[in-house]
Amino acid sequence: MKRLILAPFLVLLLALSAPVFAQPAPGGQARGQVSAEEMEMQRLLQGGRVEGRTSIPDPRSEVLIQPQGKAWRDFHNVTLAWVGGIAVGGMALILIAFYATRGRITIEGGPAGRTISRFNLLERANHWMVASSFIVLGLTGLNLTFGRHILLPIIGPYAFANVSLWGKIAHNFVAFPFTLGIVVMLLLWVKDNIPNGRDIEWFKMGGGLIGKGHPKAGRFNGGQKMVFWITVLGGGIVAASGYFLIFPFWGEFGVADMQLAHIIHSILSVLMVAAMIAHIYIGSVGMEGAFDAMGSGEVDLNWAKEHHGLWVEEEMAKARQVVAPSGVKPAE
Amino acid sequence: MARMKFLCDADRCIECNACVTACKNEHEVPWGINRRRVVTINDGKPGERSISMACMHCTDAPCAAVCPTSCFYTTADAVVLHDKDTCIGCGYCFYACPFGAPQYPRVGNFGGRGKMDKCTYCAGGPQQDNTRVEYTQYGSNRLAEGKLPLCAEMCSTKALLAGDGEMIATIYRERVQRRGYGSGAWGWRTAYRENITT
Repeated sequence: MKRLILAPFLVLLLALSAPVFAQPAPGGQARGQVSAEEMEMQRLLQGGRVEGRTSIPDPRSEVLIQPQGKAWRDFHNVTLAWVGGIAVGGMALILIAFYATRGRITIEGGPAGRTISRFNLLERANHWMVASSFIVLGLTGLNLTFGRHILLPIIGPYAFANVSLWGKIAHNFVAFPFTLGIVVMLLLWVKDNIPNGRDIEWFKMGGGLIGKGHPKAGRFNGGQKMVFWITVLGGGIVAASGYFLIFPFWGEFGVADMQLAHIIHSILSVLMVAAMIAHIYIGSVGMEGAFDAMGSGEVDLNWAKEHHGLWVEEEMAKARQVVAPSGVKPAE
Repeated sequence: MARMKFLCDADRCIECNACVTACKNEHEVPWGINRRRVVTINDGKPGERSISMACMHCTDAPCAAVCPTSCFYTTADAVVLHDKDTCIGCGYCFYACPFGAPQYPRVGNFGGRGKMDKCTYCAGGPQQDNTRVEYTQYGSNRLAEGKLPLCAEMCSTKALLAGDGEMIATIYRERVQRRGYGSGAWGWRTAYRENITT
């Protein structure tokens, strides 16, 4: 859970370091004297580029030396590999450890046998569109960073090149249903996902995962709201930076912008993959009765009361309104 | 074995762009791709210099380090080549390359850039030397014929030097000593982590 909370800070950190990364090269050299070594050294230290003029009508060819390539290489090969490896692998280990110690979270009162309708067909269809796109995008994305070390030695260079090529095509196209799903998801669920005071209580009580007892929650509890915002905000930024990478060099953008877009895209993506592994766990093997919410859409009443007590009360109140409109007193 | 390098003597380059044209012609490089280019810095100002730049065939090549499919390899002559059959056109080598060497046939949508193309040091690719398939994919293989890259071979002022790093560095040093000035070997610090001290 701590990792999930850290994610926005990392984004902020990246955003703050971005302007330093993209600073323009200071113009003008000392009169008459240009030494290749000095200029390269100076630009390397200042994070600038050695640029000039070419007769080729392509502004990209005007860059003679861009030392930022080294910074991007270090990010890709070191930072991304470690952050991604630790986030994804670490989350998997945490979940295995959690399952081993706590086991499957059961419905305390046992299944009631009666169900309550939680998600309608549109909500479920949209969820699974986003989910299936995310799995394709996540796997093909991770393949670009880790496949070379994991999959390539197993299946050989030509099979791996084919997998990666089709993976890249899938990654590009599946981005569209994913983005559509994110937008629909935002419209469907944002009204129930506005953070409020109860969420703080929910987190203080460990969401019922760690401590004892179930904190009160409405239609979405604190943890689900977090997953929602990670998906919508994280997914939105990842999608935006992704489209920037799909359509390279449109407008005035150059290689430095592409590098930055890739950094934002990839680091957010690996953190999202880690978060979604936890989401998949708790929605399937991790908790009795949870899968039904997105499976049939009908959840067990006792499960709903434990995890979304306030929501059940609201739904019941609504149902009573239908059965016995206001003015008619319930027989009690 | 030689350690092949390029060296551009910026005090001799007259920006005639013949190296660019010769390269395009020799390898039948497609439209939009320039394996070699001439960049003029401080254009129109004192200290103007033109530098002919292509893939520098780096030591510890950044392109090879970041390639998701590991399609790069270094030959016994230290020439950095790549296999277009395993290249997926992702563009990572272009982000990492300090010299802007990797290029793609299309800027196209959906990342459909096609296979990366770059200077081969006139050494072809992983296909059988001097075959039709090799020529179509990578251009001619002069190195296998015992010849040096055409860009340097036909340079009218002999500004662009190609060959064993030690030998071309010696030629450059002698030139600088004789004429009394030299602005240094462009890209050598970045590509080979060394300077030519004169």
